[in-house]
Amino acid sequence: MIGEGWKKVSVVSANAALIGGLIEACREVIAANADHLSELDRAIGDGDHGTNMRRGLEAVHAERNRLVQLPLPKALEETGLTLVMSVGGAAGPLYGTLLIEIGRQLADANGQIDFASALESAIDAVARRGRASPGDKTLLDVLYPVHAEVVRRAGLAGICEEAERAASLTFGMRAMRGRAAFLGDRSIGHVDPGARSCALLTAAICRFLEEQCPA
Amino acid sequence: MSGMNPKSANVGIVIVSHSPLIAEGAADMVRQMVGDCVPLAWSGGNAEGGLGTHAAGILAAIERAWSDAGVAVFVDLGGAETNSEMAIEMLGEPRSRRVIICDAPLVEGAVMAAAEASGGAALARVVATAEELSP
Repeated sequence: MIGEGWKKVSVVSANAALIGGLIEACREVIAANADHLSELDRAIGDGDHGTNMRRGLEAVHAERNRLVQLPLPKALEETGLTLVMSVGGAAGPLYGTLLIEIGRQLADANGQIDFASALESAIDAVARRGRASPGDKTLLDVLYPVHAEVVRRAGLAGICEEAERAASLTFGMRAMRGRAAFLGDRSIGHVDPGARSCALLTAAICRFLEEQCPA
Repeated sequence: MSGMNPKSANVGIVIVSHSPLIAEGAADMVRQMVGDCVPLAWSGGNAEGGLGTHAAGILAAIERAWSDAGVAVFVDLGGAETNSEMAIEMLGEPRSRRVIICDAPLVEGAVMAAAEASGGAALARVVATAEELSP
């Protein structure tokens, strides 16, 4: 029933404390791991994923007073736009598209859509934006497994675990998209930085929601 | 903005690189080739001036190079293309339909496209000329 709890929290009783808390949780986890993410990116990319993500989350944090006043769907969309405008790299458009699409799906459906369906449409939009598929060693390799857990109404702890596990699995994958793809087989043996940041953010969001509505 | 652009008869050119030096240098080469009869702008580097690309800077460059005849965009690596796509979407309909990202080498593509644009060619022709360079 925690899956239901998530839905209730995210769609129905969205409020300033929830949005503000989510922003703070995401900002903290990225700030604490920025060096780690850039290090992963240095191995198979251009080494700026951590600093790019930190810049993005700082930009979102700087707008939090405005964002917390918005209904959750609109806040998600606006947060996505802020990420697009501030992160740079491919991660800006990819994370931005994810949040913009979740927000638009929730808003368009006017409460008649469950979070899992909105998430699925948004992940498909990210895949189109990056012209990537599952198995290409990208953040999709965390997003789709996370979605599967949401669909089967796993608890927040289960979603969190699956995100971490899925990110680790990119270690063995050969990169097919992005700068890492230039390395071919040499991209094998490194965790994808986008998958890692996605797992970190998922975990931070799950931990925060769990504190808000303990099972 | 478009109504104020005296050069709007010709297709505009936008150059997007992770490096501000490359973007500016490629734009210099285009300028040397066609003078100022083609609207031209570049975006290079991330929001802090380091290596990278960002949608806001690309959007601003498209606005600067805006032409009612359309804009051809030249990009270097992955993020440059993804951020350019995002910037074009943010431009909104109907203008977004008149901006095309060319599948062509950055420097050669931009110079050849500008030469074509300076003769008054339509956007599709400008893009096709640049894309002939790609294998």
